[in-house]
Amino acid sequence: MTYIAKPKLHHPKLPTNKLGFTHRDYEGAVSTLCAGCGHDSISAAIVQACFELDLPPHRIAKLSGIGCSSKTPTYFLGASHGFNSVHGRMPSVLTGANLANRDLIYLGVSGDGDSASIGLGQFAHSIRRGVNMVYIVENNGVYGLTKGQFSATADKGSKNKRGVMNTDSSIDMVSMALQFGASFVARSFSGDKDQLVPLLKAAIAHDGAAFLDVISPCVAFNNHLGSTKSFDFVREHNEAVNRLDFITTREPIRVDYQPGTVEVVTQHDGSVLRLRKVAADYDVHNRIAAMNYLQERGAAGEVVTGLLYLDAEAHDLHGYLNTVEKPFNELGEAELIPGSESLERFNQSLR
Amino acid sequence: MDPTDIRVPDYFHKVVDCQWACPSHTPVPEYIRLIAAGRYTDAYMVNWASNVFPGILGRTCDRPCEPACRRGRVEKEPVAICRLKRVAADNKGEIKRLLPAIPARKNGKRVALLGAGPASLTVARDLMPLGYHCVLYDGDGRAGGMIRSQIPKFRLPEAVIDEEVGYITDMGVELRLGRRVDSLKAVLAEGYDAVFVGTGAPRGRDLDIPGRKEAAANIHIGIDWLSSVSFGHIDKIGRRVIVLGGGNTAMDCCRSSKRLGGEQVTVVVRSGFDEMKASPWEKEDAMHEGIPILNYLVPREFVLRDGRLAGMRFEKVAAHYDGTGRRSLVATGEPDLLLDCDDVLVAVGQENAFPWIERDIGLDFDKWGMPKVDPRTMQSTLPKVFFGGDAAFGPKNIIWAVAHGHEAAVSIDKLLSGEQVKDRPPPLVNLVSQKMGIHEWSYDNDVSLDLRYKVPHAEQAVALKNIKVEVELGFDRKLGYLEAERCLNCDVQTVFAAPLCIECDACVDICPMDCITFTGNGGENELRPRLKVPANNPSQDLYVSAALKTGRVMVKDEDVCLHCGLCAERCPTGAWDMQKFLLEMTQAGPACRSR
Repeated sequence: MTYIAKPKLHHPKLPTNKLGFTHRDYEGAVSTLCAGCGHDSISAAIVQACFELDLPPHRIAKLSGIGCSSKTPTYFLGASHGFNSVHGRMPSVLTGANLANRDLIYLGVSGDGDSASIGLGQFAHSIRRGVNMVYIVENNGVYGLTKGQFSATADKGSKNKRGVMNTDSSIDMVSMALQFGASFVARSFSGDKDQLVPLLKAAIAHDGAAFLDVISPCVAFNNHLGSTKSFDFVREHNEAVNRLDFITTREPIRVDYQPGTVEVVTQHDGSVLRLRKVAADYDVHNRIAAMNYLQERGAAGEVVTGLLYLDAEAHDLHGYLNTVEKPFNELGEAELIPGSESLERFNQSLR
Repeated sequence: MDPTDIRVPDYFHKVVDCQWACPSHTPVPEYIRLIAAGRYTDAYMVNWASNVFPGILGRTCDRPCEPACRRGRVEKEPVAICRLKRVAADNKGEIKRLLPAIPARKNGKRVALLGAGPASLTVARDLMPLGYHCVLYDGDGRAGGMIRSQIPKFRLPEAVIDEEVGYITDMGVELRLGRRVDSLKAVLAEGYDAVFVGTGAPRGRDLDIPGRKEAAANIHIGIDWLSSVSFGHIDKIGRRVIVLGGGNTAMDCCRSSKRLGGEQVTVVVRSGFDEMKASPWEKEDAMHEGIPILNYLVPREFVLRDGRLAGMRFEKVAAHYDGTGRRSLVATGEPDLLLDCDDVLVAVGQENAFPWIERDIGLDFDKWGMPKVDPRTMQSTLPKVFFGGDAAFGPKNIIWAVAHGHEAAVSIDKLLSGEQVKDRPPPLVNLVSQKMGIHEWSYDNDVSLDLRYKVPHAEQAVALKNIKVEVELGFDRKLGYLEAERCLNCDVQTVFAAPLCIECDACVDICPMDCITFTGNGGENELRPRLKVPANNPSQDLYVSAALKTGRVMVKDEDVCLHCGLCAERCPTGAWDMQKFLLEMTQAGPACRSR
């Protein structure tokens, strides 16, 4: 970690967003993670995405569990709401918070240990229910806080820092998210902010359960030869299916690509995603084809990245449950205690 | 762009903006750190070696370093470098034991130094320790030149001059003071091996307008008047005083008048307030003492009443710019302004005057009457005669005189050692890692957010009563420490080793100033606008690495780097390191010679 606080001074020509903030205003405390940790790059990408979306920091809630990744919400969005929950229990806490106040933007920040081991069930059910959130897994394939044991996402056959091979099968979070019904699924790499920032922006704008698996090399325990989560390995085997430009409704769309190479998708909130296709016949709207493609390329040792699946017409949990529009904290006495007459009417309806 | 070659001394030298801007290239951050550490004597000696007059310059320097200071681009105001120099001088211990030893056995070479100002004194300082026999000439009875004769005592107390001039004259310089040199030929005839001319720009410009002759008794040339005040020949002035001119001499004149009986003192300048030559802080000090500065007024005539100066008439003008941006002053047509006064001080510029240099001795002059002098070697067309200070290229300031003196001393030492004066010695450059522990550096990398501290002043009622009461009290140790902490340590360089970089982005993410970008290479003009924050200050270099594994390059815009070292702290592989760059100019002596 670093002993000094990051100086408050910033570049005099730093751009400001529509709220008058610079990206520095979206930062948190200085990171205590190891120098060079991929998680810090993800934090910086979140800062950048929220800055570019002109989000008021107090309208964002960041929730996490336990682990290196779950420490990171301290290091971004210092002026937002935060909840550092129990190991693996972030999805439940987030679901509860979301039900109580649907007006906030929910960032669930977790890691491969927190979500693929102790919290696997919580992860599955929050996705199943379609909670409106951005579920980010900062995936480094090791337990960093306990000095580098293989985690559940470590690939079978990859080697740890001492050269010992992993004999367990790995859990692919992206495949699981697809299977559980996430309506926005993407994978990216902490070392590629050009790809990660637009994906984060699109995920934040998405109504429904958005899942983002971000490969994030652990420089202390998983950045060696034989690792499949190292900077070098991911750069060599990164196979992006598309590049995403995120456009808010306010901006005009410039068409400067060959027809057939660009797909324009409009989401529920009116935001526009422009996908520049890299893999020509990849269809982001076909869940089953996406799952097949992932299995195929995964078997070939490739790391497939980009926006992998999108249901632009998705609904979220509130829609399914037909809940009240207003957050609980804005409901008055009259709405919360409708009186005995209402109770009688309700009881009658069930008879 | 090609990868930056950091072995070229100029590259990192330019990053140390203050040192690069200083004519003598004093290692500013180095001595500021010593002040912060309470090592005032060491801080003083770093200065003394480079600029010879730390106590004097700490009060009077034109401080080209401060407008250059990176802090001024990062927040509102630069570090008070000049006044920190004074902190070192005020708080130092005994330094005599640290001065260079003067050899008892001389080397047999004799050097004449004409004019006992800062340029000549610097030459003596550099040559005396090498065994030269130096002879110092001046028309005044005491050494110091314009430092003693023109700078008012309320800005620079006599004791400081005596001390710092004394360090040099005490080296055993032969003094021939109180007698003006009136022939260079005669000096040369004495058989000197080299002659250095540091006679300044001793002639104040006059103003030839109607009434000048008739009112002569109450019209004074600024620098001559200041010198008479300095030496105690003048101790009062009329109640109403007009000072003509917008330079630092004018500021000294008006503030001196205020202390010698001038109740209503007014400065009048021809052009605009903002274009005045005086340093902004000197203008501020004058106005703070209740002296108005009137601008856009062109003097027309001295008005006499009963054969005595009664006032001045000025034409009102405005600035007009033509298509090429050239300015002219055009009369506004309004009625002239009449200002009553009892005395006028004319401080409208200084000129060189060399009536004492014969034109038939092989020393060439240009059409403006200035000697032809090589700006690097300070040599004239007569190989053994050198020039420096205001005498060389017209009026500048003390720190330029010192810089000229050092260069002339190198030339003289080389010439008298039988070497080519044109072969200049490179500076001494050192680059050393400051890493002490995993996140520990041997400099304080925590950036202070304090704004510039004001120097405490003496109470005005007291200061205006006595011309010898120093106005500025200087920073005390505590304020000096706090101001020193504002220094960004620009000499502790961010050094990048491309082969170690794994492109994890940690430095990009942590950099508080968004200086660092990893991107595809390109030409400089194409690269500058597409950095993380566009690099719009072309006077500041881009630091470009060799190609990295992904084919991209690291580009760092040096412009507003805080030198906080966070890039190096967050780098997992040590690709970034903080290394202290120390550049010292090579002075006269064995190091400047090739053999």
